[in-house]
Amino acid sequence: MKNRWAYLLPVILFLGLLGFFTRGLFLDPRAIPSVMIDKPAPQMDLAALPGRGDTGLKTEHLKGQVSLVNIFGSWCVSCVAEHPYLMKIKAQKIVPIMGIDWRDDPVQGALWLQKNGDPYDRVGVDPAPGHASVDFGVTGAPESFIVDKEGRIRYKHVGIIDDRVWSEILLPIIRELQK
Amino acid sequence: MKRLLFAAAILVSTPAFAVDPDEMLKDPAQEARARELGAELRCLVCQNQSIDDSDADLAKDLRQIVRERIAKGDSDSAVKQYLVDRYGDYVLLKPPFNAKTLLLWLGPLGLALAALGVGRAYYRRQKQEVAPLAPLTDDEKKRLERVMKDQA
Repeated sequence: MKNRWAYLLPVILFLGLLGFFTRGLFLDPRAIPSVMIDKPAPQMDLAALPGRGDTGLKTEHLKGQVSLVNIFGSWCVSCVAEHPYLMKIKAQKIVPIMGIDWRDDPVQGALWLQKNGDPYDRVGVDPAPGHASVDFGVTGAPESFIVDKEGRIRYKHVGIIDDRVWSEILLPIIRELQK
Repeated sequence: MKRLLFAAAILVSTPAFAVDPDEMLKDPAQEARARELGAELRCLVCQNQSIDDSDADLAKDLRQIVRERIAKGDSDSAVKQYLVDRYGDYVLLKPPFNAKTLLLWLGPLGLALAALGVGRAYYRRQKQEVAPLAPLTDDEKKRLERVMKDQA
């Protein structure tokens, strides 16, 4: 009787492996867990975009309130798709959006915002090789971070923020951190 | 002769790297270190290419940052740690040996050992099953004799 079950062991092992690999098929290999979560936002002192009237973006600007840091660039195709959603978020006046214009020519960045609308409270330019963005652990644009009142990174979103991402993922986290 | 030379040239040529001449460090020893490091660091956009092999913008940026760190006097492990601090172990093409990767490193060895163990147990049991054959009883001997006689 004991032996009968022993013969089933390879089948059980096989089914276990099958389940393991099947799950692997549906995982997103681009979703790399960020190691920056709960770490303080990196030291940065980024220059302003021409004609925007702010003083650029510094680490200190991320302290004292919850903020949404958004990595974008005038060269970034997906950022065009994300932009209307950022404009909507700006209109809700729930959280300041801080832009990092990544690997961009400041003039191109400024023109891009003039054309598409400007959802940002502050924008800093991070020219190649993008020290500030690398310090954030950025792998592409658009990418967004929620930074808490103490200036610590609490959440990273890779890719476009749309209505669903905003209302189901980002907004609840921001509300919680604003308490 | 020309053809032979051409063939030889193809044989000894190496695949082109994405590293541009203007990215290189002036000190050849430092540049060599940057190349070695670059081959071990993952391009996070293309994922299975090293930053030395990749033409992605981020790979180019990381190559430059690796060279900046080297020029600043960072050791090889310090440069790697700099990137691991920002991108996690994932940035290393060769995963480090730690608690999280224990299964990855020791899993195959464990599976091989388990298979050997199962095989050995199976082999032993087969041997045992063959060994203890009871001798024929008198009754059986008589029956056997009878069968043999009939056959003859």
